[in-house]
Amino acid sequence: MIELRAAAVTVPGADGLGAVQVLAPTTLTLAERRIALIGANGSGKSTLARLINGLVLPSSGSVRVRTDEAGAGWLDTDRDGARVRRLVGFVFTNPATQLVMPTVIEDVALSLRRAHRSKPERIAAARAVLTRFGLETLADRSVHTLSGGQQQLLAIATVLATDPGILVADEPTTLLDLRNSRQIGELLLGLPQQLVVATHDLELAARCDRALVIDGGRVVFDSAAVGAAATGVAVSSPIAIGAEPAVARSTAATAPDAPGTGTAQSGAAAAVAWYRERA
Amino acid sequence: MSGSTLGGYRPGSTVLHRLRPGAKLLGLLLFGIAVIAVPGWPAAAAAVAVGLGLALTAGMRSRDVLRAVAGFIPVAVLLFAFQMWQHGWERGVEVVGGLLALILAASAVTRSTASDDLLDTIVWAIGPLRRVGISPERVALAFALAFRAIPLAIDVARETRGAARARGLERNPRAYVTPFVLRMVAHARHTGEALHARGLGDEEQPLMRST
Repeated sequence: MIELRAAAVTVPGADGLGAVQVLAPTTLTLAERRIALIGANGSGKSTLARLINGLVLPSSGSVRVRTDEAGAGWLDTDRDGARVRRLVGFVFTNPATQLVMPTVIEDVALSLRRAHRSKPERIAAARAVLTRFGLETLADRSVHTLSGGQQQLLAIATVLATDPGILVADEPTTLLDLRNSRQIGELLLGLPQQLVVATHDLELAARCDRALVIDGGRVVFDSAAVGAAATGVAVSSPIAIGAEPAVARSTAATAPDAPGTGTAQSGAAAAVAWYRERA
Repeated sequence: MSGSTLGGYRPGSTVLHRLRPGAKLLGLLLFGIAVIAVPGWPAAAAAVAVGLGLALTAGMRSRDVLRAVAGFIPVAVLLFAFQMWQHGWERGVEVVGGLLALILAASAVTRSTASDDLLDTIVWAIGPLRRVGISPERVALAFALAFRAIPLAIDVARETRGAARARGLERNPRAYVTPFVLRMVAHARHTGEALHARGLGDEEQPLMRST
């Protein structure tokens, strides 16, 4: 569960020419299990993704996260930074920047340093993680010698090793070939975690439970509030979208958290279709 | 495979693999002191023999040994020429031989020690410094990043030189030095973000959720 309250991001402009707004004040509640963020390069979808785990802090407003576990309270990305990062895993576009240790198993073990103090336990746990992702035969391979697809799979494994409640992925398939991006897409969509994925892969986006189209630092279309589709107007805030009468209610909007349902595709598909039309 | 100088670990079961990493590091330190403290070219030659012996014991083949010292050869030639001119060939053998012996011994250590074990040892060795506010985990992480950065810098250098050559700019150092620096800085920033996201730089506090 992710909640943005009028969260906005501004950065100082180049040459001191005032501030540039990267993300307009945005209010959102993200409760669906699989959520896609789509939009052009520079639209602000990466910034939105980075807000969720506190890599970017809002200049104004707030971002909070929590899991469905009983007794789990809201964590503010600004105040509870370390705990937010433990709750929200983050996968980057380029796995090479994310993998820091020389061999595959060592990189997974690095994630587990906090959970397992003793080294044999840590290695055993790391092996279990590799087996879970079908990487066990690569355990002692050098990270540099893996293919791009294997590297991304490993990067996801190192993040999921600590079992975060939420996973955010920023264009995880952009650098991959078709076969690998399908494989990574399947993996991400099948996770038990709540998933927020910023992507150019519209096939992947259409299979999510909800999709948001980002443009010029604003959410311009939200499949959970399809009312905007009828007007076709770029609406500045999702609150405004939600306030309009829903003309064609999407199925995804009514079926959040439905685990493993094959029907929850059309909701996000509406956003994808909307985006395709305007690209 | 790129020149992974420091990522040279190969799993194995040699005597050196089974030795505790702390013992290996301490041994390397003592070996270094001995090489510097004992004067004379015969001692240096003996040290090279010991270093070579260690490298072979760690399971390195002649090809691996050559690769380990390849980068040192131009420096060795210059250094030897300078020392010979200044002090005679004996001094040249002493200086170059000592360095060569240390490179070989260090290669034997990295070859036979997983970097995770090295990190554990470093954490253990600087544990007492926790009291003066130094986090051993952070120091160990810095070592891991340094291990990783060297082969990466070599890759990036090769790529940017290739890109400059493709544009016919191979004779203009700016055409490859500038992108090299920019890419390394960008890489550093991305790595920082990734570490941040993995929570690796966070303070060690017992706030763990009971998962």
